[in-house]
Amino acid sequence: MLRIENLTVSYGPRRVLHSVSLDVQSGEVVALIGPNGAGKSTLVRVASGIVPAEVGIVRTNGDDLLTLPSMQRARHLAVVPQAVSMPAAFTVWETVLLGRTPYLNFLGQVSAADEAIACRALAKVDALELAGRRVGELSGGEQQRVLLARALAQATPILLLDEPTSNLDLHYQVSFMETIQALARQDDLAVLIALHDLNLAARFADRLVLLVDGEVKASGTPQQVLTPELISVAYNLPVQVVPHPFEDALLVLPASPASPRRR
Amino acid sequence: MRLRPYLLTLLFLLLAISLSIAIGSVFIPPSDLWRVLTGRPAQAVAQAAIIVLTLRLPRTALVALTGAALGGSGAAYQGVFRNPLADPYLIGVASGAGLGAVLAMSIQWPYTPAGLLAIPVAAFVGALLTVATVYLLARVGKTVPTTNLILAGVAVSAFATGLTSSLMLRSTGELRRALAWLLGGAAFAGWDPVLIVLPFVLLGLGTLLLSGHALNLLQFGDDQAAQMGLPVMRTKVIVLLAASLTTAAAVAFSGIIGFIGLILPHVMRMWFGPDYRRLLPLSAIGGAAALLVADVLARAVMAPQELPVGIITALFGVPFFLWVLRRAKNQGYW
Repeated sequence: MLRIENLTVSYGPRRVLHSVSLDVQSGEVVALIGPNGAGKSTLVRVASGIVPAEVGIVRTNGDDLLTLPSMQRARHLAVVPQAVSMPAAFTVWETVLLGRTPYLNFLGQVSAADEAIACRALAKVDALELAGRRVGELSGGEQQRVLLARALAQATPILLLDEPTSNLDLHYQVSFMETIQALARQDDLAVLIALHDLNLAARFADRLVLLVDGEVKASGTPQQVLTPELISVAYNLPVQVVPHPFEDALLVLPASPASPRRR
Repeated sequence: MRLRPYLLTLLFLLLAISLSIAIGSVFIPPSDLWRVLTGRPAQAVAQAAIIVLTLRLPRTALVALTGAALGGSGAAYQGVFRNPLADPYLIGVASGAGLGAVLAMSIQWPYTPAGLLAIPVAAFVGALLTVATVYLLARVGKTVPTTNLILAGVAVSAFATGLTSSLMLRSTGELRRALAWLLGGAAFAGWDPVLIVLPFVLLGLGTLLLSGHALNLLQFGDDQAAQMGLPVMRTKVIVLLAASLTTAAAVAFSGIIGFIGLILPHVMRMWFGPDYRRLLPLSAIGGAAALLVADVLARAVMAPQELPVGIITALFGVPFFLWVLRRAKNQGYW
């Protein structure tokens, strides 16, 4: 499980996270939602040790991840980054094997066990047939699955994802989130996922954390967080929240910023 | 481990070494060469023995070490900066090393091992000071954007080259050697330069050869590399130090030789893939072989007059590089 306590972060004089606390249990998917610039990506970057925190603790079973050397931290926590450019000439297999780094010596020699784990990781995201392909030849959806497989190869109890679906089409968005949900359940992973798409968050997350201007404005079940009042204020946009017609989920329907709010 | 790439490049190196020993103002036939190298020089080949043992072999060794240093450090710079244009010259390392070396030469040093040692040491100090200056100029907060780094490198490099040129213009006596050196080539003879440069190359290149996995991780960017467990800053500092040490060793006795550090890593990448654990040793071996061939051409093209090897690497290296570039069918090799 992952517990973030009292996290405060500034970029120069600008405070981007203010005393943020949240926790993610094992087997649970928690979505981090909020408007652009709310601090979602920063939270992921701080928790994974890339951006230093001013104050705060990122805890897993007692260890403070922020004080661990990067090699050890990478055994606790893996990150699927936002759509990134990957070195095109690397093969999928080479890329996923790099996920084993926290367990390898500095020469990066992999054992048969490492290869078996990388192989299982590829199988879990249904990308085994991509193994021999070069990363540069893949579609956006395939690349995202490879990045997920690489994170799974790290074999960590905690998985952080930063807007993993932002470049995916409708089909890949849903299937990617289904994979994430299944992984959390089957492998007992604690999953924290920053999401723009409120409807994906409503449908696939167990709990939501609403971040606005670097502060937690609300957290709880989708029903508790996705209220017209909270979301309208957070996104500065009138919205309606209705039940999904054929899924057990909520739908957030935005109106035009100019139109008067309807009751 | 796939062996074929290593066998091919080693074969190329072996061929280049043989050519380098055999060809010069006096051609030494392979049969004589064999007798000399196996330590059974007959009376008839005594002259060949002298040429091979005191002239050709040390020169071949120095050129091979220089080429290996340039190829290996070139691959490392490209990897650590994630930039296909990076080479030992781009961030000013070579110019800084050159300035250090020329300064050492401008002091009236004796032609003894200790006096010679001053050159690579000064070159290394020059290289390190340049890297530090460039790094500090390029730094923004805690990060070092690659664009800044390259701009600062070009500027500092131009400055160091200017200083070097002004030193050379005042050249008298000993600095004539420096002028010959600057053009790249055999300003130094005998085994002393080889023995002096060897530890620098072994230490620098050895460190680089161990950093292949780290460089692979860095190809995904600093953030992802850190998230996969790499101590990014420490790794970059170590790789840059080792690459600068290697470059300084190459520059110290062989001058500024262009294109080997840029081209060899690209050729090896196109032929044998992007994995730095393979790319670094292959670039070093390939660099040694390529510079040996260039050196042979420099001696042979206008014999008995000798061309600066830098001219050869530019004249032959660039078209060859363009040819390989066009042949690389997969566009995304980088």
